[in-house]
Amino acid sequence: MSMIHVSTTVNGDEVEFLCDPRETLLDVLRDRLALTGAKEGCGTGDCGACSVTVDDRLVCSCLMLGAEAEGKSIGTIEGMADGEELHPLQEKFIEYAALQCGVCTPGVLVATEALLKKNPDPTETEVRYWLAGNLCRCTGYDKIIRAVLDTAADLRKAS
Amino acid sequence: MEYHTPGSFEDAATIAAKAEGVTRFLAGGTDVLVQLRADMVTPDVLIDIKQIAGVKDIAREEGGWRIGAAVAGAEMTEHTELGKEWPGVVEAMDLIGSTQIQGRATLVGNLCNGSPAADSVPALMAAGASVSVVGASGTRKVPVEEIPAGPGKTNLAKGEVISAVHLPVRGDNAGDAYLRFIPRTEMDIAVVGCGVSLRLDGPTVAEARVSLGAVAPRVLLVEEAAKAIIGTTLDEAALDALAAAASAACNPIDDKRGTIEFRTHVAGVLAKRAAKIAYERAGGAK
Repeated sequence: MSMIHVSTTVNGDEVEFLCDPRETLLDVLRDRLALTGAKEGCGTGDCGACSVTVDDRLVCSCLMLGAEAEGKSIGTIEGMADGEELHPLQEKFIEYAALQCGVCTPGVLVATEALLKKNPDPTETEVRYWLAGNLCRCTGYDKIIRAVLDTAADLRKAS
Repeated sequence: MEYHTPGSFEDAATIAAKAEGVTRFLAGGTDVLVQLRADMVTPDVLIDIKQIAGVKDIAREEGGWRIGAAVAGAEMTEHTELGKEWPGVVEAMDLIGSTQIQGRATLVGNLCNGSPAADSVPALMAAGASVSVVGASGTRKVPVEEIPAGPGKTNLAKGEVISAVHLPVRGDNAGDAYLRFIPRTEMDIAVVGCGVSLRLDGPTVAEARVSLGAVAPRVLLVEEAAKAIIGTTLDEAALDALAAAASAACNPIDDKRGTIEFRTHVAGVLAKRAAKIAYERAGGAK
C-alpha cells in the first residue's frame, strides 16, 4: 500500500509526514509526530478526548484522516502553553483541581479555549452545551465548568 | 484503500463509476470514519470531495440557497441570514452530535448515511429542499424525499454523487421548525423527529409540508398530515387532525430507544408542537 505525503502546520510549525490512507489525524499526531496530548478515548467521536482545532474549528481528530490535514493548520494541546508559561485555562484547571485521571483534560482544554475565543462571556449553560461532547468519567464536570467560567471572567477583566 | 481528492464532481463521479469494491465519498467523515474504524464498512476506494471548488459555500441561488456538500453544521449555524429564513433546517442540523461533530458533519452526509433517524432530513423534506446529483450523464436535481431508500440505503446509483443542497425561496409569511424527542438534553439519536414548513395567507395555512423521522424504515414526507392543516387557522381541531395523520403514517420498530406505541404517539405530539412553532415563525398569532 502506498503512503500519502502530507504537508501541514501543527501549532504553527510546518510539518511533513507520510501516512497510510486509513490513518486518522489522531494516529498521525500520536504515532508519527509524537504529540501524545490528544487521547483516543472512544475512537468514534463521542468522547472528545482527541479534540484538536483544524483551521480554528474544533473537531475530533479520530474522525479525520491524516491525509485530510494537507494544507491545514492544526492546533493541539501541546501548542496551548507559551513555553513554560501555562495558558490561563491550564492554570485555572490546576487551581480548581478540575481533573483527576487527566485523560479527558487535553480535549477539554482545547475545546474550552475554542469556546472562549468564540464567546468570551459564556453562560454556564453555554459552557455545558459546548462541552457536551467532552466526556469526563472522574470529576463530574462541576469543577471544570467553574474553572472555565472563572477563567473567562479573568480574561475579560484583563482585556 | 485508495484515497482520491478529485478537483470536480464530474471527476469524483467518474472515479466512483470505475471503482471496484466498496466506494465511499468523504466530506465531514463523521459517519464514514466511524464505520471505517469499527470495521463495519471498509472502503476500497475513498473519494474526498473537499478539494472541489464551492463545496464549502453557502450561497444565494435564485432567491433561495445553495449549500455545498462539505458545509459543516457549525458553518450553517453561524450564517445568520440562512438561519433567519430556514431556522428549522439550521436547528435540525445543529442538533446532531457535539460541538466537535458540528465542526465536520454535513447535510449531504446526514442524507446519504441513510439513517431513518437523521435529524436534518425531515427538516429538509419539510422545506422542499432538493439536491444536485452528479453522474456520468450529467447533473440532475432530485427532491430530498427521493433519496432515502431504507436504513443505510439511498436511491443513488453507483457513480452518482450529491454536490449540493438547494433550499427554495422562503418568501413572506412562512416559517419552518424541527423538533425531536430524545430522553436526554443533548448528544443523542432521535426517537422521533418531525419537520414542518408552512406558508400563511392571513391567519390561514395556505401551504404546508410535514415530515417524520425515526418512525419508519426511511424518513417520511406525510402528505395527509399537511392536508390536515392546509386551509385551517391551526385551531385545536386542525392540530388534532394533524396529530392523528402523523401517527397514522408511522411504521416504527421497537428498540431500546422507544417502543412502537410510544413512537407512534410522540409523532403526533411533535407534529403539533412543530406546527405551532412554524406557524408563529410565519407571523401567525396564537
